[in-house]
Amino acid sequence: MFKVIIAIGVVLLVIILLTLFRIGTLVNVVKGTNKEKVGSSNKINAGLLLLFMFVAFGLFFWYSIVYFDDYTLPQASEHASSVDFAFWLTMGLTGVVFVVTNVLLFIFSFKYQHKEGGRGKFYPDNTKLEILWTVVPAITLAGLVLTGLSAWNNITSKASDDAEVVEVMGYQFAWGVRYPGNKDAELGAYDYRLIDASNQFGIDLTDENSYDDFMPLELHLPKGKEVLMKIRARDVIHSVFMPHFRVKMDAVPGMPTHFKFTPNKTTQEMRDELGDPEFDYFITCTEICGRGHFSMKLKVVIEEPEAYEAWKAEQPTWLKLNEDYLEKVPAEKRELAKIKAGIEDNTETEASL
Amino acid sequence: MATADIHITEGEHDHDHDHHGNFWTTYVFSTDHKMIAKQYLITGIFWALIGGTLSVIFRLQLGFPDADISWLKPLLGKWITEQGKLDPEFYLALVTMHGTIMVFFVLTAGLSGTFSNFLIPLQIGARDMASGFMNMLSYWAFALSSVVMFVSLFIETGPASGGWVIYPPLSALPQAVSGSGLGMTLWLVAMALFIVSQLLGGVNYIATVINMRTHGMSFSKLPLTIWAFFLTAVIGLLSFPVLLSAALLLIFDRSFGTSFYLSDIYIGGEALPNQGGSPILFQHLFWFLGHPEVYIVLLPALGITSEVVATNSRKPIFGYKAMIGSMLFIAILSFVVWAHHMFVSGMNPFLGSVFMLLTLIIAVPSAVKVFNYLTTLWRGNIRFTPAMLFAIGLVSFFISGGLTGIFLGNSAIDIQLHDTYFVVAHFHLVMGSASFFGMLCGVYHWFPKMFGRMMDNRLGYIHFWLTFVGVYMVFFPMHYIGIAGYPRRYYSFTNFDTLNSFSDLNMFVSIAAIFTFTAQLVFLFNFFHSIWRGRKATANPWESNTLEWTTPVVPGHGNWPGEIPKVYRWPYDYSKPGSKEDFIPQHIPFSMTPESNLPHENEMIKLEKEEDVNVVVVDDKKGH
Ligand code: HEM
Ligand SMILES: [Cu+2]
Ligand SMILES: [Cu+2]
Repeated sequence: MFKVIIAIGVVLLVIILLTLFRIGTLVNVVKGTNKEKVGSSNKINAGLLLLFMFVAFGLFFWYSIVYFDDYTLPQASEHASSVDFAFWLTMGLTGVVFVVTNVLLFIFSFKYQHKEGGRGKFYPDNTKLEILWTVVPAITLAGLVLTGLSAWNNITSKASDDAEVVEVMGYQFAWGVRYPGNKDAELGAYDYRLIDASNQFGIDLTDENSYDDFMPLELHLPKGKEVLMKIRARDVIHSVFMPHFRVKMDAVPGMPTHFKFTPNKTTQEMRDELGDPEFDYFITCTEICGRGHFSMKLKVVIEEPEAYEAWKAEQPTWLKLNEDYLEKVPAEKRELAKIKAGIEDNTETEASL
Repeated sequence: MATADIHITEGEHDHDHDHHGNFWTTYVFSTDHKMIAKQYLITGIFWALIGGTLSVIFRLQLGFPDADISWLKPLLGKWITEQGKLDPEFYLALVTMHGTIMVFFVLTAGLSGTFSNFLIPLQIGARDMASGFMNMLSYWAFALSSVVMFVSLFIETGPASGGWVIYPPLSALPQAVSGSGLGMTLWLVAMALFIVSQLLGGVNYIATVINMRTHGMSFSKLPLTIWAFFLTAVIGLLSFPVLLSAALLLIFDRSFGTSFYLSDIYIGGEALPNQGGSPILFQHLFWFLGHPEVYIVLLPALGITSEVVATNSRKPIFGYKAMIGSMLFIAILSFVVWAHHMFVSGMNPFLGSVFMLLTLIIAVPSAVKVFNYLTTLWRGNIRFTPAMLFAIGLVSFFISGGLTGIFLGNSAIDIQLHDTYFVVAHFHLVMGSASFFGMLCGVYHWFPKMFGRMMDNRLGYIHFWLTFVGVYMVFFPMHYIGIAGYPRRYYSFTNFDTLNSFSDLNMFVSIAAIFTFTAQLVFLFNFFHSIWRGRKATANPWESNTLEWTTPVVPGHGNWPGEIPKVYRWPYDYSKPGSKEDFIPQHIPFSMTPESNLPHENEMIKLEKEEDVNVVVVDDKKGH
């Protein structure tokens, strides 16, 4: 269908243009070409520039205002407001400059269009003016740098020791998440050479910390608690992007990265706010990574801390789901592994741990 | 006055050379800078069409995700799936080739290659480039590079598809994406040749500007175009070798088992032996070129605009010294801001702070340039030639796109905006469209000098208006899409329920893109039609001051039939109070313009007399 529309459009355009061109040439011939320095076209173009300005600004303001809620994302983390503040402050300042300079550009063009017998003003420089408009932007920008810096330093500062730790790993073409487990709060060691079809994370089973690690299919996080997200990649570079949380960090093979943030709205709260019962938070990938780049989506659930803890307690450990890997556990640690992994539900031994 | 320049301008040379060339030496293996410039221009136009077509194809996918595009099968073959959809890997290949072609082949080679070659000798008063032979080699290295890149579009595994920034490991591992096989190899070979071409050209531009200026053409009298080309060449010379080294290490990683960029990788069911490399290293090396590259693309456009705006406002460019100063400052700073592309790459956040500071500093000279353009228009007597309209369009894009750079340079804001459509909007306005307009502006303005004929003005106006409106329609909406969080290089957004609210806007953008692309056919028609059928040009159709307009309408080999004119004044004596005409070309001595001289200029008359008695003025305005 739209093939046809395009084809018709193109044909029409070509016809119109050729006609105009032909008329133009004929008119030129009749008038005798180019006697005057500028023709009537000068006025037309000047007028069009002015018209363009009004229409374009009209559309700009209309869309920006009417669709505001569509293109702005709600905030779901504590630092989101500082990012958004820097954004809107910059928007305010540059917005004014955007309008003023563009208006001047078009107004000057219109107002100082060629007049027969007129002359430009010989005005090669004005040092005071130039200093002024070097210094004013410099000061304004310094202000922006400062707001940006304070937000940035705050966001990238070290996570507190009791932050909730979770690992996110990007691979072609999905995300894996790993929790340190319910028995210890430490992520187990890993080595990429240990990766295989079941051991997607390359978990090193000689490390005791790995026995209780679990890998659910969704990322759950508690509301109001600081989260330290450890990020890595297995094959190529990916990038963790959680737009509602203003979180983005590349996942780089061979170089673990991290991002710290505090979610402050549960999924349910966000659903209510948006009036969309289907809404879910997500992680998506923002570094080109191959064929499935656009489809690397992982559901994120933010819950009240109690619900979160309950969910966590229910999660089976990886080792429990893959009992044959017990073989890889060194013989002397196997008992411990079974207990930590919840394979042997021995409360007595557990208590003695 | 600077008299230290030594000139190689024996007037006897050349007269009899220009008639002896055969077809091959005149049009193909020419060493004449004007012919080489045209070769660059035509090749650039060819690439622009290819690059534009690629973007239209991927815009079809984005704007009409549900459409059946099997009708493209004759063109794309197996890259259209059974269901009549674009193959996702081919989508990435299209994006990659589009970016590479536009940035390097159109706006670097097509812009600098055309105008540096054409204008440097003509505007500084030289018979040709310092080395015509090197110049020829430069073009042919580019042509060879073009052939390799073009061939890569048609190979079985598809062209490179890791984005124009070709970050490893994606670009290093054929297992990761099929474009990283032979396609990537060809990409690297083509870029290596391309860099060779740039270096040959750059050395030549620099040598020519430094050594071959005509008598009196001191650096403080150079047109801003030449300043821009000169600084661009310097930037290129310093940064392209770094890209070459980055590419070389990548070649080693790909083919010789080294691990510069590779570490801890498990892919395609096996763990690779590489350890200890760093993908971030590549990013540093790449952006050390990559950021200066945006100025390599932009500065020539700004130089061209300065010249065109002054000429058509009939006013001196406001703040000539400040314009040079800001270009110098931008050129220097462009080397210390590269890591603003890497705020969220995992780099140390402290570095992020430093690069944020440096990046926002670079906004100041850019702002100064805008204010100077505006003041140049103020109280002018403006003639809207097509070139002038494109110059005004450039200034508008430069403002609109430049301002969004202030967002992206702020590391805190960049957390959210990095790699979203906001970035696509930003760089298309400030670098893509602005430079593209600079290029068109230059073509319209210097067409008479290139081909001895005029382009049709009316078609020029139509072309301008369709393109100007079209570009804003294509790229402005992308800001909203970006603020809403849409990542770039996405084959489709249909997976994202919450991100799926912009299908209308995406469709609008796609239609606008097709519209804008089609509008370029007006230009093509005008351009080629005018080469043969255009109205005959006069010697100085825009009443401009620079030296190129003192040559014959179609300058031959050696540019000036007689002696090269000497230069007495800066290039911006427009509407000088007292003078009869509203322009006084650079080669008119002050002794001939007593009515308009400023006090300190009257002093110069004495010097003029001492220096040389037999000034030959080759100009029809001798009467003033
Ligand atoms: C017909 C006009 C053009 C259209 C419709 C267009 C459209 C686009 C779009 C939509 C993308 C992003 C695709 C994605 O991220 O999925 C893109 C990427 C890009 N475009 Fe354009 N563009 C045009 C002209 C230009 C020009 C003149 C330049 C010159 C600088 C340019 C340079 C780039 C670059 C460098 C990229 C990034 C490629 C990458 O992500 O690797 N484009 N273009
Ligand atoms: Cu990815
Ligand atoms: Cu940059």
